[in-house]
Amino acid sequence: MIIYGVALLAICTLAGVIMGDMLGVLLGVKSNVGGVGIAMILLIFAKLWMHKRGGMTKDCELGVGFWGAMYIPVVVAMAAQQNVVAALHGGPVAVLAAIGSVVICGCTIALISRIHKGEPLPDEPVDSVPITAAAGGR
Amino acid sequence: MWNLMEAGLKHNDLVTAFAFVGVIMWISVVLSKRLTFGRIHGSAIAIVIGLVLAWVGGTLTGGQKGLADISLFSGIGLMGGAMLRDFAIVATAFEVQATEARKAGLIGALALLLGTVLPFIVGACIAWAFGYRDAVSITTIGAGAVTYIVGPVTGAAIGASSDVVALSIATGLIKAILVMVGTPMAARWMGLDNPRSAMVFGGLAGTVSGVTAGLAATDRRLVPYGALTATFHTGLGCLLGPSLLYFIVRGIVG
Repeated sequence: MIIYGVALLAICTLAGVIMGDMLGVLLGVKSNVGGVGIAMILLIFAKLWMHKRGGMTKDCELGVGFWGAMYIPVVVAMAAQQNVVAALHGGPVAVLAAIGSVVICGCTIALISRIHKGEPLPDEPVDSVPITAAAGGR
Repeated sequence: MWNLMEAGLKHNDLVTAFAFVGVIMWISVVLSKRLTFGRIHGSAIAIVIGLVLAWVGGTLTGGQKGLADISLFSGIGLMGGAMLRDFAIVATAFEVQATEARKAGLIGALALLLGTVLPFIVGACIAWAFGYRDAVSITTIGAGAVTYIVGPVTGAAIGASSDVVALSIATGLIKAILVMVGTPMAARWMGLDNPRSAMVFGGLAGTVSGVTAGLAATDRRLVPYGALTATFHTGLGCLLGPSLLYFIVRGIVG
């Protein structure tokens, strides 16, 4: 059933976010510490575990895969509600600090990527419509 | 007639948002194919359209949530809000290859630390150059250069004035927008074609929104790797900003 996949995703997300909040309280920080990251790790482990036990059905994967494929539209909606007006009103201090930090970080990423080269992902089989490509999962 | 339609759209705001974003995506894919011959990814164009619409919405209403402040588009606020965003990011982890993620663990952690310290130094230096001389303001603006959440959290913790906090939020927002728009263009130069560099990118570039939008527009399959490290970015910044980094700045400027 598709709802099993959606529920698995929901349980992992909630558990991760709650653990992230708890970690924040433990560290005395007024923010969530890595909640989404913890949730992602939980989901990866849940997937491996269910694959081993044979509990992962195609429908169940569909329930998670759908939300993974909805990611880009969600990001577009997120972009549409940023406070762009305030960002542009920040003046030269904000603009320069932002450009400076992006450039420095970009250079560092380029440097690390050149020293520590990773294996590129193989080309995607059919990539004409990337939004729908992953909806079904494997 | 229009009133009837408007009421219908407003009552189903989330559904309206789905339809609206779908149309934006469709326009973007067509523009990407016809205008740039596929060189600029459709998602990148869609994100830029989203940002422009956010500016339009913010200018029209004077609110803080871009297009979502227009009542007709309030569903955009729910669709692009933190809840569905986190839900969808976690779902992308389903395609992560655990071995790849583990291989990049250490370098990812190093990138995370650099991603907090380097922007902070840049932000603090710019603040100094523009005449801010007190440790609280310098720290808050520096923290804003980490992410737009770290800035206000740090500012609130060490008691910064509201205009400095606003400045730090603006810095973080501009940074996120630059990352969103600039990543696809600089992807090849940064070597962004594998999970390992995506995790380094996530740690260094910060802001979950900027990182994941930038990666989505570059190669959709890299999103989970970048998000995995980026999600610790804000937490680490909020941890170091009001404590260690503030003490160091106070030690330097007195």
